Amino acid sequence: MLKDEFFSKHDPGIIPALRSAVVGIAGAGGLGSNVAFSLARAGIGKLIIADFDKIEPSNLNRQQYFINQIGMPKVTALLENLKQINPFSDYQMHEVKLDEKNIPNIFKDVDIIVEAFDKAEMKEMLIETWLSYFPQKPIITGLGVAGYGRNDLIHTKKIENLYICGDEQTEPQEGISPMAPRVGIVANMQANMVLELLLKDI
Amino acid sequence: MKTLTVNGNSLLWEKNMTIDVILKKMNYTFKMLVVKVNGKLIKKTEYSTIIIPAAANVEIIHLISGG
Repeated sequence: MLKDEFFSKHDPGIIPALRSAVVGIAGAGGLGSNVAFSLARAGIGKLIIADFDKIEPSNLNRQQYFINQIGMPKVTALLENLKQINPFSDYQMHEVKLDEKNIPNIFKDVDIIVEAFDKAEMKEMLIETWLSYFPQKPIITGLGVAGYGRNDLIHTKKIENLYICGDEQTEPQEGISPMAPRVGIVANMQANMVLELLLKDI
Repeated sequence: MKTLTVNGNSLLWEKNMTIDVILKKMNYTFKMLVVKVNGKLIKKTEYSTIIIPAAANVEIIHLISGG
């Protein structure tokens, strides 16, 4: 398949900005794998993705992996899948647990970072680290994705360079599990915000 | 009477007001937070040390799990 054919449904005016963009994704689970799929389809030039986890059967309820990938590191499987969608972009994968020390180095070249962790303490750590090191670069967080239904509660909020997508209230707990539609909606809102920011001057 | 704004709500300002004091006054009990004052990050380690000025705009984001 030719690269030109892949991009034939893209508005030619936005292609240069998409191709020159570098976007970071912190976490490759429910949010991260879905964000990565959409941004690869959008033709973002380079994605930098970090995660330390391996694929478990229970991940398949909302994450973009397949039966034959169970047990693989998420970043290895995600790279395989992204190349199956769009082999024309650059994917830099890091199999690592992110922390205050490695985040600034791994993501120093990105234009925008997407927070795609599961646990609140990791979200807190990433946002605090990001706003300390790169306050001028947008960070897009996913907050409140569990359960099903209630589309109208899901929103986007902007606090300077911090963007929040989600309902900001529904946490996974007994009786409220994370499910594909709501996690996918929020992930795609994050990806959509990435595009809006990258293309705002066009 | 001086005030400050916390997540859009008006709160009476006091001398030596820190983020810890504001959290208590607002009855915010959650643990995972990101705090911005006038657009600038206040780190967790600064919640009891940095004094918040009158008329400040304080944003407190409650982080919850799920993803």
